[in-house]
Amino acid sequence: MTEQDALYKYCLRLGDDALIHSYRLSEWCSNAPILEEDLALTNFALDMIGRAQLLLTYAGQLEGKGRTDDDLAYRRSEREYFNHLLLELPNGDFAHTIARLLFSSVWEYYFFNELQHSRDTTLAAIAAKTVKEVKYHMAHATDWAIRLGDGTEESNHRMQKAIDDLWMYTGELFETDEQTAILRDKNIAADMAMIKAKWRQEIERIIGEATLTMPKDEYMQTGSSTGIHTEYLGHILSEMQYLQRAYPEATW
Amino acid sequence: MATDSQLMEWEVFMQSKPGANYIHAGSVHASDKKMALQNARDTYTRRGEGTSIWVVPSDAIVASNPDDNDMFFDPANDKVYRLPTYYVMPEGAKAI
Amino acid sequence: MEILEKTDKIHEDMLKTFEQKIDRGDAIEPRGHMPDGYRKHLLRQISQHAHSEVIGMQPEGNWITRAPSLRAKQILLAKIQDEGGHGLYLYSAAETLGISREEMIDQLHSGKAKYSNIFNYPALTWADIGAIGWLVDGAAIVNQVSLQRTSYGPYSRAMVRICKEESFHQRQGYEIMAKMMKGTKDQQAMAQDAMNRWWWPSLMMFGPHDTESPHTGDAVKWKIKRQSNDELRQKFIDKTVQQAEVIGLTIPDKDLKWNEDKRHYDHGPINWDEFYRVINGNGQCNKQRMAHHIKVHNAGAWVRAAAEAYRQKKEKQLLHL
Repeated sequence: MTEQDALYKYCLRLGDDALIHSYRLSEWCSNAPILEEDLALTNFALDMIGRAQLLLTYAGQLEGKGRTDDDLAYRRSEREYFNHLLLELPNGDFAHTIARLLFSSVWEYYFFNELQHSRDTTLAAIAAKTVKEVKYHMAHATDWAIRLGDGTEESNHRMQKAIDDLWMYTGELFETDEQTAILRDKNIAADMAMIKAKWRQEIERIIGEATLTMPKDEYMQTGSSTGIHTEYLGHILSEMQYLQRAYPEATW
Repeated sequence: MATDSQLMEWEVFMQSKPGANYIHAGSVHASDKKMALQNARDTYTRRGEGTSIWVVPSDAIVASNPDDNDMFFDPANDKVYRLPTYYVMPEGAKAI
Repeated sequence: MEILEKTDKIHEDMLKTFEQKIDRGDAIEPRGHMPDGYRKHLLRQISQHAHSEVIGMQPEGNWITRAPSLRAKQILLAKIQDEGGHGLYLYSAAETLGISREEMIDQLHSGKAKYSNIFNYPALTWADIGAIGWLVDGAAIVNQVSLQRTSYGPYSRAMVRICKEESFHQRQGYEIMAKMMKGTKDQQAMAQDAMNRWWWPSLMMFGPHDTESPHTGDAVKWKIKRQSNDELRQKFIDKTVQQAEVIGLTIPDKDLKWNEDKRHYDHGPINWDEFYRVINGNGQCNKQRMAHHIKVHNAGAWVRAAAEAYRQKKEKQLLHL
């Protein structure tokens, strides 16, 4: 695999993360606990669609087969998607959505902070833009996690259950496969080891302030770097890609 | 506390560019200051309308009553000596 | 007796001042005196308007996950989010009249407050998203532009903001229709089908004919409503016909034709039986829309309670510092 191929896959994966998470957040539209939160979650979904467009467009250029962001989003199948499993899980209740947003936005904050210094200037520029967005997502998720954790007995239980349920999907956020290692050694990809330490420290702090208990590190589910997903992804794609697949000749 | 709550009401004031006056934009609901500020941001800056936001609990606003407008505001209408155009300047005087 | 006469006199004076303000075209502001009928009319109209924005998120929300391109998804999401924001602005405007958002939501759930009938129709295909943006938002905008001059200050200010933001909504819908009419046969058929289903309900959005409309009199006198149902409907028809022609869509009204004398389009009879049937609860989606709103409201109760509880805890802690 050439460096170009590795970079293509790297961008594709980051683009898929943004796309699939935006899909889940957009499902909250007209479903949030209060109108103001409806607007907030939609804003995050919009930030993420924008990020997906940038990353998938760049991935398409790296691949060099003339595929656009839409081609990549709408014409790939389950096994060709590489987003992290955490992001494709169903929304669950509001606590689960906040727990996911917390885990992912803290991760993204440290990750894109590193990636800003990538030797690849396109990636560095996308990262610089993204850092600002995810910093806000992180603040929002942190505040809600604390409110729910330290709110009522019911909300405390729900929030605890949410972080417990999702914990096993956080492990693969820090994996480095062979291709990524090549990119990392060339100062193109971010170094996950340092990010993991920072992430863990910040999550511990927030969980503490939210009067919640850190989940135990037991089994961590992985698979997405080779396109092995949960059953949920297939349903996302069949819904998302329906028109493009049903009317392959049409442009919209 | 009511059995269900749509949270407290806050008034939102926005500054459209650095140095400009803060202007009332509308209101939002939120349970605390941080949430009020974030909700104001997500509601009133969707099109990049602002550079700074104030939020104030709605019940902290004290407003004049429009029915008192005659006593509140009319007395200021005949104080023309507060305006620079009221004064007659000698011809030829500059920079005043 | 004397006291009663005096209060009557005071009321009379206040009403006179109010009417003078209206005649001069001054805005009425929240804390000033207003006749009870004025306040009631506003409450009904603004809360109905707010509920319409919020319930209106449902038919379009139904297509977010299936939007056929990233651009389309982004635009649709931003548009629906705007509707939510507009609901919020309008709830706030109504709150200045001394009603809470909780009360308004209760009134919606109990059926005391209404929302626009149009949202009781289903959004069946992607072309419906085009038709809703172009026709439904197009009709709403005609009404809202007129309402920018409404006499109640907070309502008028909300409308100004809403009109500014909504200017892209109709364009996004029209763009979807235009693209589909330039596309494959399937797409063209889909667009025409949506046109056929949404045209008449869109005309009904302006409400009954002026001769049949029970609230118009006071609302016009008090300048809450600035133009009549029929005037607004005519305005909408006149501007939409040309837009349909440009992209090759047929308006499903065989009686529609230009009237050179009136300088307006004449249109065929509106099916008011359908209008009243749907308003009275027998549309395809009445129950679905309301059930969804109630479900979401109830599902969010623990979150709102938690936020309240957290605030109270923190306030207590501050007191004990």
